[in-house]
Amino acid sequence: MHPAFQGFVTIFLGVGGCLAYFYFSNQFLDKVLFPAKGENIGRNINRANLVRPWLFLFPAIFALGLYLAYPVFATLWYSLTDREQGGAFVGLANYQQMFADPKFWEALKNNMLWLVVVPAASTAFGMLAAQLTDRIKWGAIAKSLIFMPMAISFVGASVIFKLIYDTRPVGQSQIGVLNAVWLQFDGGVGSFLILRLVPGLLMICAAAAALFVAWNLVQTARSSKGGGLAKGLRALGAMTLTAIALTALSFAFGAFTKAYNFGVPQTWLTIPGWNSFFLMIVLIWIQTGFAMVILSAALRGIPEETIEAAIVDGANPFQVFFKIKMPQISGTIVVVWTTITLVVLKVFDIVFAMTNGQWETQVLANYMYDKLFRANDWGLGSASAMIIMLLVSPILIWNVYNARKEMR
Amino acid sequence: MDNIAGNKSSLTWIVHISVVLLVALWLFPTVGLLVSSFRTTDQISSSGWWQSLFPTEQNVTLRATDPDDEGVQTLIDGVYTITGNLFEEPGAEIGVWGTSSRAIDSYVAGDTADLGDGETITVQANGDYVWTGTVEMSGRGQRVFATAATPPDFTLDNYDKVLFSGSQTDNMLKAFTNTLTVTIPATIIPIVIAAFAAYALAWMDFPGRAILIAMVVGLLVVPLQLALIPLLKLHLNIGIGKGYLGVWLAHTGFGLPLAIYLLRNYMVGLPRDIIENARVDGATDFQIFTKIILPLSFPALASFAIFQFLWTWNDLLVAKVFLIDSTGQTTVMTNQIVELLGTRGGNWEILATAAFVSIAVPLVVFFAMQKYLVRGLLAGSVK
Repeated sequence: MHPAFQGFVTIFLGVGGCLAYFYFSNQFLDKVLFPAKGENIGRNINRANLVRPWLFLFPAIFALGLYLAYPVFATLWYSLTDREQGGAFVGLANYQQMFADPKFWEALKNNMLWLVVVPAASTAFGMLAAQLTDRIKWGAIAKSLIFMPMAISFVGASVIFKLIYDTRPVGQSQIGVLNAVWLQFDGGVGSFLILRLVPGLLMICAAAAALFVAWNLVQTARSSKGGGLAKGLRALGAMTLTAIALTALSFAFGAFTKAYNFGVPQTWLTIPGWNSFFLMIVLIWIQTGFAMVILSAALRGIPEETIEAAIVDGANPFQVFFKIKMPQISGTIVVVWTTITLVVLKVFDIVFAMTNGQWETQVLANYMYDKLFRANDWGLGSASAMIIMLLVSPILIWNVYNARKEMR
Repeated sequence: MDNIAGNKSSLTWIVHISVVLLVALWLFPTVGLLVSSFRTTDQISSSGWWQSLFPTEQNVTLRATDPDDEGVQTLIDGVYTITGNLFEEPGAEIGVWGTSSRAIDSYVAGDTADLGDGETITVQANGDYVWTGTVEMSGRGQRVFATAATPPDFTLDNYDKVLFSGSQTDNMLKAFTNTLTVTIPATIIPIVIAAFAAYALAWMDFPGRAILIAMVVGLLVVPLQLALIPLLKLHLNIGIGKGYLGVWLAHTGFGLPLAIYLLRNYMVGLPRDIIENARVDGATDFQIFTKIILPLSFPALASFAIFQFLWTWNDLLVAKVFLIDSTGQTTVMTNQIVELLGTRGGNWEILATAAFVSIAVPLVVFFAMQKYLVRGLLAGSVK
């Protein structure tokens, strides 16, 4: 049977089957099981209404349970067993083996880097784009063009950026934009400005910003009377930010002292340390549009009076942005940040298509795929999947907590 | 928004320029791919795509018409003359030229070169030449080495090759239909299931409703990576194996949390009066759902349909695990492109064209239904 025909049959059977199920189960309930007539009419109607929600919910609950809830527990179980020994329980042996694997730590380290850089950069660019496009007439067109990469698959985006990072041997004309630009630098004044001064200063600014926020966190943690958990979280945030600041400072130092290889085309994706960033750019390019759309809606939702009042009181544009607008959309920023974080944790296609984890670009999702389907080690693969689940669970708990709060 | 009366920003033009730059930066990669897909192998490897939009300076070797051909030589005023144009296609422009490969910049356009033995040749910028000799010329036509500016030239051959050549490795047409076969049922079926569940969660009162909603929110973020092994094993055990049915079921399962969440949030916002009036008039829940709720929920249904369509069309992981078997007959476009990256890493004309074929459909859907996509994003995350 031709697959396309099979597809049509499936649509017909699937949709028709669902509709038939809903229709006939309701009919059965109302006409046969608890008919709304006879002596028990009142009781029957009540009973039918007790059962009906579950008729509506059954297929969804079944599919969700089988395809999402059950696998969480099954994966947990597989991570504790060994396939070679016929699925025997081996305790934490898989985890031990994984923690002894340098590739795993490389993947985890890269994932942490992705988790910091991609959401931060996407949100920042998205905020910038939202702020700028909301002020001009053709902003809607600009927005839809920046938003466009959302429709492009990660694989398609990987091809697009592989063309940008492409390298030709010395002497041939470079067809990758990055190398063509790179060859314009010759070590002169322009090169010093663009390759040393600007990135160095940017990194110092980033470090200063991170330290400033960390300092504020410490101050609020000291002065507030909040519980130990809030204080602990603030301290943790401050420590993370300090670590980020130190990293940024070391990058700044590197920018000033690094010996550049001028005039030689670079194979960008094989330079350890930098290549992960070149992969991140792909995801930032895709996710910025998402951040922009959400943030722009939030910015437009800010009551005009608050801004007018601030301007009347003599606030400058920066104060208006950081003291009036930012606090009012902080909830939305958190949502954008967590949504992109979720995408980052699951990022597989980009790494798989561009480097396949070579040259120290491994990430957890690709590490897991590698273990599951190339090494055929289901125990180890499931263990690494559980690590992804572990990283996701704070967001899961936070989301559920918020949803419950909202419903009350 | 800051532009309250009498405080119009004077820096508007900076904003305009910044937005232009930002948009250009964001469009540049995609345009590069699109342009490359219309260039030939030689063009792609000889210059960057950004140069293809302008005339390129190339060193070319041209040849005048062979004197031995019938009737090309005419005797004008006692001089044998051959006239014609050096280019097969007009449009190129000669800057400098020469008659030897070692000195191709001996003459500028319009000059006359002395070839010895009483022969001369005059070459104009557009390639027109006049070749004269005092005796009848013979042998092959005179060679001219020139630096010529060739106009931008684009071709559709790549698309022809990728879509219609029938070649095993390059063929995207089969992968295209396979992707379509995966996508359409995987988009429609979750909508039907989710719509009923969302209605129950939004408008029916029953114990445990709050917990169910919380569970849906929780499942929203469960990474599908966890589902790969247990479900593949399940599929193999119950006889579905790797194939379309498996991938449809998997996409349905993975898409349901978002579908239920989006649709429930939308349905809760529908006016209570309509539903209660219908109840009073004796409509059953099934009738209320199909006749009132479903038509009113069209925007939310459309939002989710776009999400699910983009997600299933662009997906690689689920297809690799649940669909593509060792025969490779059921390959989808994303997988085909990854394989091309391996086998044809340097053939950018094939890669670019194949990639563009796969992103064209999502782009059309995106631009046509952007309104619903944005609405869905806002409903799905701001709440």
